[in-house]
Amino acid sequence: MELLSGGDMLVRALQDEGVDLIFGYPGGSALHIYDAIFRQKEIKHVLVRHEQGATHAADGYTRSTGKTGVVLVTSGPGATNAITGIATAYMDSIPMVVISGQVTSDKIGEDAFQETDMVGCSRPIVKHSFLVKRAEDIPEVVKKAFYIASTGRPGPVVIDVPKDVTNPADRFPYEYPEKLRMRSYTPAGKGHSGQIRKAVALLLSARRPVIYAGGGVVQGNGAELLTALAQRLNYPVTNTLMGLGAYPGSDKRFLGMLGMHGTFEANTAMHHADVILAVGARFDDRVTNTPGKFCPGAKIIHIDVDPASISKTIVADVPIVGTVQSVLGEMLEMLKSSDDEPDQSAIVDWWRQIDDWRERHGIYAAPRYRTDGEMIMPQEVIKAVYDITEGNAFVTSDVGQHQMFAAQYYLFDKPRRWINSGGLGTMGFGLPAALGVKIAHPDSEVVCVTGEGSIQMCIQELSTATQYHLPVKILCLNNQALGMVKQWQEMQYEGRLSNSVYEESLPDFVKLAEAYGHLGMKIERREELHDKLHEAFAIKDRTVFIDVYVDPSEHVYPMQVMPNGSMRDMWLSKTERT
Amino acid sequence: MRRIISVLMENEPGALSRVVGLFSQRGYNIESLTVAPTEDATLSRLTLVTIGNDHKIEQVTKNLNKLIDVVKLVDLTEGAHIERELLLVKVRATGAQRDEVKRSVDIFRGQIVDVTSNMYTVQVAGTGEKLDAFLQALGEHTIMEVVRSGVSGIARGEKVLSI
Ligand SMILES: Cc1ncc(C[n+]2csc(CCOP(=O)(O)OP(=O)(O)O)c2C)c(N)n1
Ligand SMILES: [Mg+2]
Repeated sequence: MELLSGGDMLVRALQDEGVDLIFGYPGGSALHIYDAIFRQKEIKHVLVRHEQGATHAADGYTRSTGKTGVVLVTSGPGATNAITGIATAYMDSIPMVVISGQVTSDKIGEDAFQETDMVGCSRPIVKHSFLVKRAEDIPEVVKKAFYIASTGRPGPVVIDVPKDVTNPADRFPYEYPEKLRMRSYTPAGKGHSGQIRKAVALLLSARRPVIYAGGGVVQGNGAELLTALAQRLNYPVTNTLMGLGAYPGSDKRFLGMLGMHGTFEANTAMHHADVILAVGARFDDRVTNTPGKFCPGAKIIHIDVDPASISKTIVADVPIVGTVQSVLGEMLEMLKSSDDEPDQSAIVDWWRQIDDWRERHGIYAAPRYRTDGEMIMPQEVIKAVYDITEGNAFVTSDVGQHQMFAAQYYLFDKPRRWINSGGLGTMGFGLPAALGVKIAHPDSEVVCVTGEGSIQMCIQELSTATQYHLPVKILCLNNQALGMVKQWQEMQYEGRLSNSVYEESLPDFVKLAEAYGHLGMKIERREELHDKLHEAFAIKDRTVFIDVYVDPSEHVYPMQVMPNGSMRDMWLSKTERT
Repeated sequence: MRRIISVLMENEPGALSRVVGLFSQRGYNIESLTVAPTEDATLSRLTLVTIGNDHKIEQVTKNLNKLIDVVKLVDLTEGAHIERELLLVKVRATGAQRDEVKRSVDIFRGQIVDVTSNMYTVQVAGTGEKLDAFLQALGEHTIMEVVRSGVSGIARGEKVLSI
């Protein structure tokens, strides 16, 4: 058997796991590993400009491909800088393996230089973590880490590696395990057929059904099956913020997103539904509004790979634990072999009702924002980009109003195209995530929709885009404020704008982009919006920072009434309420 | 409701902190907790007592099961079970008190495991309730130090928790 040092073993194990890309940042405790990376060719390492950027880039890479992302950081500040990105991945169930250097084993616990208890710091935000004690354990730990990260309900796994364990002077026999047996970890597989049969019967008996699909359908590669199911039954579908693309956004059965900034028709249909099929969604508080008032007349079927997500906040009538693929597959089979059909007249009535809601207040039936003003409206920017990119771009976003406008107005027909931090709501996610997506999809259009607030949280990654030549579009909906915060302050704090404005301190983003070697473009006048956007999107080989000055007074609507509102209680504009 | 949850988990560093962390992180409370390796040195057995309604307990057990280190668990309070806790207490015992204390110890089937001229160290095993009753019987003025092991338990009959 081959003898390898711990550092070489780690890199070899990653190769054997099929890894070809690492996002990272070096430092003292990780230097043996970095040297091992230098001495090989199979794995490419992308040097980011901040460890948070590494985690978000790996995350974007993963969300757009389904492949587990890998991050490498050093101990202490390197590790703690990665924490926000690990938490972001954790909240959205994204598989990720984070390798952190650690001080040498004999110094652990002595407050050594650049020592932090990474296993401890990350404990509440990882699926699992390992502290490697011996170099010989590396192959198995790596194998387990990838297995745990990517199966069941996926999530980030940390491998903390003390420097002495990777010492090039100590060599050990290397063999990558073919198989793993973990008695304490058995991710869910097939769902219970009896439960699935019950679910199918309930679905067929529905008179006012809604299919509510979340990020689990995207991550679990269930979009095709979900689409087939909805189309076979002709039932309406709504997606969560994380689930956009799980059902084709431009299909007529799609009601739009649901929840806090969901469409009128999606939230109202949910409220009045008699049967809700929840798939890979977790009844998040941004979806349900007040749990006690959630969908009073609905029987709920809940499919999820994670038993702990079922009946956590809303009790399911028919719980099904299993992978989205296997359960939806089985449901479709049962439907095919069944003679029962939904009550067509009830479904026709239901669609008539939904179409009426759409007409009345739907954001797709007519523009619900001002179209005759001088200012550029953020919604029309997203619509224009949707048209220019023909709905085919990968869109990453940051967090705020711009994120909600992107979610509402860019219609995703395919899964893994909409990449945002839904669970943690991490400002700074968008740009590094876009770089991760672009690396995986060099020939596709990648757009980061951001705000002038969020973009400044990971702006340093513009330099990474330069180094690795990653031509993405940065679309900044510049409203000169922390818009979403300002919206809440205007709605709930009588307009007291505590620390949500910058007082003339914004940088010149055009010059900033140019300083990094990119192109910058500022769009201020409404009449030039379309031409300038076309011009920007015609550029394929440069990163373009498009700084669009939008109406700073615009709010995101609909917005559910809080606290104590039900799903259907919404503000539809600054003055209209349901 | 009070529940006794028995957990078999990997005897690995960090496993216990994950269990404890889960409780603080999700706002569940721990009344008592005991842990020790089992006859199989790769496994530890942990017994914890928690209080909550059915919904909360279901969430607790689901989330415990989700921890990678947890191999198996059972809610002992769901069936007939034996519950034991060990109490060690130092009581002042001089003059007439010595007999009085000894009588209480006998009534509760405890043992005096150490003696000085002023003090007994008493050991009593039983349910938490019994230990409470014993301490009450001693009367506060005589108690100098108390240590309780926390509850451990096992199912009655042929049911076993093993892998
Ligand atoms: C790291 C982080 N800090 C704070 C927040 C709270 N927050 C949510 S939206 C928002 C404003 C974002 O401003 P901007 O990026 O300009 O977007 P806009 O809402 O103006 O479109 C803030 C501060 C957050 N989500 N993430
Ligand atoms: Mg802004």
